[in-house]
Amino acid sequence: MANELKVTIDGMEFSAQPGQTILEVARANGVFIPTLCHLQGTTNVGACRVCVVEVENARSLVASCAMPVSDGMVVKTDTPKVKSAQRMVVELLWASGDHNCLTCEKNGDCTLQDLVYHFEIEKPRFPMTSPGVLQDDTNEMIFRDLNKCILCGRCVRACNEVQVNEILDFAQRGSKAKVGPAFGMNYIDSDCYFCGECADVCPTGAITFKAARFAGRPWETRKVATTCTYCGVGCQISLHTHKGKVVKVSGKELHRQPNFGSLCVKGRFGFEFIHDPSRLTKPLIRREKGGALEEASWDEAYSFSGKKYQEVIKSGSSAVAGLASARCTNEENYLFQKFIRAGAGTNNVDHCARL
Amino acid sequence: MAGLAAAFGSGAMTNSIEEFEVADVILATGTNTTENHPVIASRIKRAVKSGKTKLIVVDPRKIDLVKYAAIWLRQRPGTDVAVFNGMMRYIIKENLHAKEYVETRTENFEALQACLEKYTPEYVEKISGVPASDLIKAARMYAEAPKGSIAYCMGITQHTTGADNVKTIANLAMLCGNVGIEGGGVNPLRGQNNVQGACDMGCLPNVYTGYQQVANADARAKFAKAWGRELSDKPGLTIMEMMEGAHKGEIKAMFIMGENPMVSDPDLDHVGASLKKLDLLVVQDIFLTETAQLADVVLPAASFAEKDGTFSNTERRVQMVRKAVNPPGLAKPDWQILAEMSTACGYPQSYNSAEEIFTEIATLTPSYAGITYQRIKNVGIQWPCPNAEHQGTKFLHKDSFSRGKGLFHAIGFIEPAELPDEEYPFCLTTGRVLYHYHTGTMSRRSKGLVQRYPESLVEINEVDANKLNVLDGDMLMLNSRRGTVSAKAWITDRVAPGVVFMNFHFDEALVNKITNPALDPVGKIPEYKVCAVSVQRAG
Repeated sequence: MANELKVTIDGMEFSAQPGQTILEVARANGVFIPTLCHLQGTTNVGACRVCVVEVENARSLVASCAMPVSDGMVVKTDTPKVKSAQRMVVELLWASGDHNCLTCEKNGDCTLQDLVYHFEIEKPRFPMTSPGVLQDDTNEMIFRDLNKCILCGRCVRACNEVQVNEILDFAQRGSKAKVGPAFGMNYIDSDCYFCGECADVCPTGAITFKAARFAGRPWETRKVATTCTYCGVGCQISLHTHKGKVVKVSGKELHRQPNFGSLCVKGRFGFEFIHDPSRLTKPLIRREKGGALEEASWDEAYSFSGKKYQEVIKSGSSAVAGLASARCTNEENYLFQKFIRAGAGTNNVDHCARL
Repeated sequence: MAGLAAAFGSGAMTNSIEEFEVADVILATGTNTTENHPVIASRIKRAVKSGKTKLIVVDPRKIDLVKYAAIWLRQRPGTDVAVFNGMMRYIIKENLHAKEYVETRTENFEALQACLEKYTPEYVEKISGVPASDLIKAARMYAEAPKGSIAYCMGITQHTTGADNVKTIANLAMLCGNVGIEGGGVNPLRGQNNVQGACDMGCLPNVYTGYQQVANADARAKFAKAWGRELSDKPGLTIMEMMEGAHKGEIKAMFIMGENPMVSDPDLDHVGASLKKLDLLVVQDIFLTETAQLADVVLPAASFAEKDGTFSNTERRVQMVRKAVNPPGLAKPDWQILAEMSTACGYPQSYNSAEEIFTEIATLTPSYAGITYQRIKNVGIQWPCPNAEHQGTKFLHKDSFSRGKGLFHAIGFIEPAELPDEEYPFCLTTGRVLYHYHTGTMSRRSKGLVQRYPESLVEINEVDANKLNVLDGDMLMLNSRRGTVSAKAWITDRVAPGVVFMNFHFDEALVNKITNPALDPVGKIPEYKVCAVSVQRAG
C-alpha cells in the first residue's frame, strides 16, 4: 500500500497505517502493552498512563493508546524506565482505593488485579486510603462502590460514546473526583436506562452486576455464548451459569456482529424469568370440559390430545389451526408448520408477526 | 411485510444494522427505536454524534430519538401516506429524484407521479398537521443524501393502511435511488427475537420455508415429496381469521406454541370467547399464560436458555441459540414436544437434535441452503446464502430487485378506520416501553425491570391533563366502543394534545380490550396505532 508506514517496536519492524496508534500496531502484532483506561471504539484519552512507552527522540514517555505512529518511529515497551513508570501507576491506583480482593466481586476478572500481579507488586509503598464514598445499593441491577473506582473513565465513555445514553460523567476535581449520573444521584434516581454497559467495561470492582454478587466466582461459572431472546436485534450474549442457574448476562466476551458487546436493559437484566418458581414443570390437562387443569404425564397428555384431535380431523383438515411463535427457534417453527401442513393437511398456520 | 414484498419482491430488512453508521441520512418513522431496539438506537445516535449522519424523525410522539433529529415531523397518527406522498411530490417537482435509477431499475413511475399531484405541502399540512416548510426541508434532506436509509417499525404497519404505508415508504426510497446500496434501504425493525425466522420458516398461511408459495405446484410437490404427505394448495387462515373461525365453530382444534393471544390480540373479549369454543386447545409455553389458562392441554416448554437452535435476527442473520441450563421439572424443548405431538396425532416425526432439523430446513430452503451450525459457530450468516461457499448477503436488491424491477404503487391517503369524535375525542395509540416486553410474561418476572417500571402508565399531554383536571399519577379511565381500561396518568409532552399512549405489557391494564381490531386488508394487521377513546379521571 502506498501510505504504509514502517514502525519498529522492541527491535521488530512492523508495517502500519497512518492514524493507527502505537497501541493498535503493537496489539495487531502480538506485542503486550498494559492498559486500563483504553476502551476500543471510543476516544483515546491517555488518562491512566499505564500504557506508556519509550519513543526514540521523544522528550518523555508517551501514552501508547493516544500517540499515532509515524514513519520510522522506534518504540520500546520493555525498558526499565517504562516498566518502572507503569509499575508506579499501578501502585498508586491500588493505594488510592479500597481494593479488597477477598470479597470483591471482580476477583479473577479484574484488570487492576491482573496488573498488580503482572508487576509483582506485593504491597504498594504508599498508604492505602479508602475515599469513604457511600455504596449505591438502591437498585436491583447495578451495584456501585466508588471506593474501588480508579477514575479511568471507561464507564463514562461507554455511556456517552458507545451506548450514547449520556447519563454518566465526571464530577468534582482532584481527590474528590468521581463518576456517576448528574448531581451525585444514585442510578435509580437518575434517568439511567440500565443498559449495564458501564459495569461490563469497568476494569475494577467499582461497578458490578447486583444479581451476580456472591453468586459464583468467575472461574466457577460457565459461560455459554448464545443469542438474546428479547427483540429482533439478536444480540450475542454470554449466559454465566453457576450451579445450574443463570447468574449474569454479559456482552463483552463476544465483541462481534450484530451488537459488538452492547446490550440493553432487557437482555442484560431480564433473565430472572428463567428460574421463576411459576415456570410450568409438568403437563396439565383438563380432563372434563369446564373442569380444572390437572397434572398429567407426558404420555397421558399426548394420548389425550391425540384422541381429541382424531375426532376433530373427522370434520376435515380445515377444522385445525396452529399459531407458531416469533419467540421460538427456527427449528421449532419449521417443525410446527410441517406438523400442521403435512400432519393435519391444512395451511392454517400463522404467528404474531403482526402484533 | 406484504407491502415491501409487493414493491421489491422480498419483505425483509434490505440492509444491515451496522450500515446505519454509514448512512448520510436516516429517516426513522413509526419506530421508537430507543425503547424497542436500544442497541440499534445506539448506532443511530452514534452516527448522528459523529457528525456524518443527519436524522429525520417522522413520528406522532416526541420519542427519545427526537433529541438527535435534525428535523422532526409530528404527524397526526395515521396520516403517514399523506406525509410521504407530499415529500415525494416535492422531490419530483424540484427534480431531486434519481432519474436514471427510476428509469432503469423501477416500473410504474408514471402512475405514482399522477397520484402525487394533489399532495402539495399545504394540502399535506391540512391532513397531517406537519408544517409545509418542515415537510419541504425533510424532503430535500432525504433526497439530497447520497445514501439515505429508512427505518420503520409497528408505527407504520399497525394501521388499516399498514401495507399502503409500507409501499409508500418503498416508493420514497426507490424514487431517490436508495435501495440496493450500502447504507441505504428500507429497514423494517423486527420487534421479536425470531419474527424473521418464524416468517422464514413458513409459519404464515401462504408460504412454506423461504417464502415458497403453497399455491405454486412445484413448491408443493417438493415439500409433499420431502414430507411424504399430500399438501393443500389453499392458503390458510391468518391469526385474526382463525379466531373468527373458532368463534363460528369452523375451527375446532388449535395448537398454540409460545404465543399469548389473550394479551397481544385486539378486542380480547372476542378472542377469549373464541378460544373457549374450541373442542381442543393445546398450548405449549414456559408459563401458565392467560391463553394457557383456557387450554385443554398445557405442555411445559424449555426457555431459550435451556435448548439448542437458531434465531434469525432483523437483518436476516441466522445465529446460534445454545443450551446453558436444564429445563425445570419435566419441561422439554418445543421441537421435541412437536415431534412427539405430531406422532401422537398420526404423523410420526423423530429427531435427535435441533441440528438435524436445521439440516432438513437447509435442504428445502434455497435462501438457507449454505448455512450450517458449523459455519455460524461464532458469527451468524445473513440469508440469502445459497451454497456452502457463499458468505451471506449484507444488503438486498444490489443490481436488481428480487422481483426484477422495483414496483411503484400509486397510493392515496385514507383516514384510519376510527377517528376521534364528540363521544370519543382522543386518539389512542399503543406500543412498548423500554423496561418491558410484549405481554410481560418474561420482563415482569425480573426484579430490576419491575423496579424501574412497576405499573402501566397512560401518556397524556399537559394541555389535556389540565382540561380534565388530572395530576401526574392520578388514575385514568379510557373508554372505547369496545371496552374500558384504567391506568395511572403520566403527564408528558411525548404525546401531542388529543393523543394518549398506552403500552400493552400489563394484564391489569389490558389495553387491547379497547383497541380497534379493524384489519389492514392486505397485511391483516390490526390498527393498534389509532383508535378513538374518551378519557376521564377514575373515581
